[in-house]
Amino acid sequence: MITVIDYGLGNIQAFINIYKKLHIPVQVAKSESDLEGASKLILPGVGHFDYAMQMFSDSGMREKVESLVLKSNVHILGVCVGMQIMANSSEEGVESGLGWISGTVKSLESLVKADNNLPLPHMGWNSVTPNHKGLFNDIASGDLEFYFLHSYYFDCASQENCIASTDYSSNFCCAVNNKNIFGVQFHPEKSHYYGVNLLKNFAELKGC
Amino acid sequence: MLRSRVIPCLLVQDGGLVKTVKFKNSKYVGDPINAVRIFNEKEADELIVLDIDASVNNAEPDYKMIENIAKECRMPLCYGGGIKTLAHVEKIVALGVEKVALSSVVIDQPSIIVEIANKVGRQSVVVVLDVKKKTLSGDYNVWTLNGSHNTKKNAADVIQQVQNLGVGEIVLNFIDFDGAEAGYPIKGIQRLKSGIKVPLTIMGGAKSLEDMGGAIKQCGLVGVAAGSLFVFKGKYRAVLINYPERKQKKEFIYGK
Repeated sequence: MITVIDYGLGNIQAFINIYKKLHIPVQVAKSESDLEGASKLILPGVGHFDYAMQMFSDSGMREKVESLVLKSNVHILGVCVGMQIMANSSEEGVESGLGWISGTVKSLESLVKADNNLPLPHMGWNSVTPNHKGLFNDIASGDLEFYFLHSYYFDCASQENCIASTDYSSNFCCAVNNKNIFGVQFHPEKSHYYGVNLLKNFAELKGC
Repeated sequence: MLRSRVIPCLLVQDGGLVKTVKFKNSKYVGDPINAVRIFNEKEADELIVLDIDASVNNAEPDYKMIENIAKECRMPLCYGGGIKTLAHVEKIVALGVEKVALSSVVIDQPSIIVEIANKVGRQSVVVVLDVKKKTLSGDYNVWTLNGSHNTKKNAADVIQQVQNLGVGEIVLNFIDFDGAEAGYPIKGIQRLKSGIKVPLTIMGGAKSLEDMGGAIKQCGLVGVAAGSLFVFKGKYRAVLINYPERKQKKEFIYGK
């Protein structure tokens, strides 16, 4: 069962609505016991890195989620700050990240400095260039675009972990992957057609 | 490439959807949830919902209504109206709203922006400024409480102030152009945009998709928001919730 982790951040209902519409079984986890039977996990998020880490650590679910992801190899998809906290650390805050995918979350400011006309945060619909079959299956053509809303991005230690990039005066990594662990900077739950397809692909990923 | 957002803005009063002209003469145009469903189907870029009564009545945001809208909304959602404290913001964000819009509170208590941005991240903090051009000057003043109170503050100064405090987006709502469908005030937008480094969304006056395209061409990367254009059709202003398809947007707004 797809299980959306409700640690007080992000639009839980948006994921639920999409999976219900797709007739894919989905549930919300608010406590450790709700995580039983999860075959796929979604870690949503909007907001500040430190706040997200604190909320996740205080949710009572962190230990169980770590065991499912790191020991049982359950697929997980982090979204926005839900992806950022998978890194080792962030320039936005002082808390340590989960360290599931090696990298640092950095400010977009240094990336777009060269072009003073571009506003920050990076907000709106931008094109995405994927290089991963599974997550972007059947949607990697034409005008692929997703909704972004962020000031920081995931700078992977190893380029192998970067599975899609987007351009905002410079290219930056907008989707990450390490074995069963996935993360996207954009909001698939708010990206209409392409987002729905990405979430469907995530639901259909086979064990690794 | 990042493309300019095309954004319907819905005004809510007494739980119903309304549309105003110059912030007055509100006309009932339907049920907000129904409108949200239509914009879902049309795959709108983003949606702004403003409760225009909340601050005037000194009321707290209507959380039940926000929850209902957020549950239904499949596009990014920005809610504004009656937000006065960090606790209000946290409650609204927890309901699944991506962005919160602050208005009169930033005039009374600008430092609240810092407090909120530190909690929910600056990308989720929007300031909506209702502006009106001063007579005999190119400057704009910020008005509050549904366009009834002139704060006498210069819009360009307020913009600098909220930017320095860490706002994530500025929405400029041109009071005199509201509901007029006579075109955006391009000169005023250009004048105010020159000092803006965060994403800017403009509202007030949109008369057609071509007009939106023209504003983007002349002002650069801006969110183009509209009320009347997306809720009325024809010169008799019959209520018809509408939004351009992908192809129409390309043809008439982005010009390809």
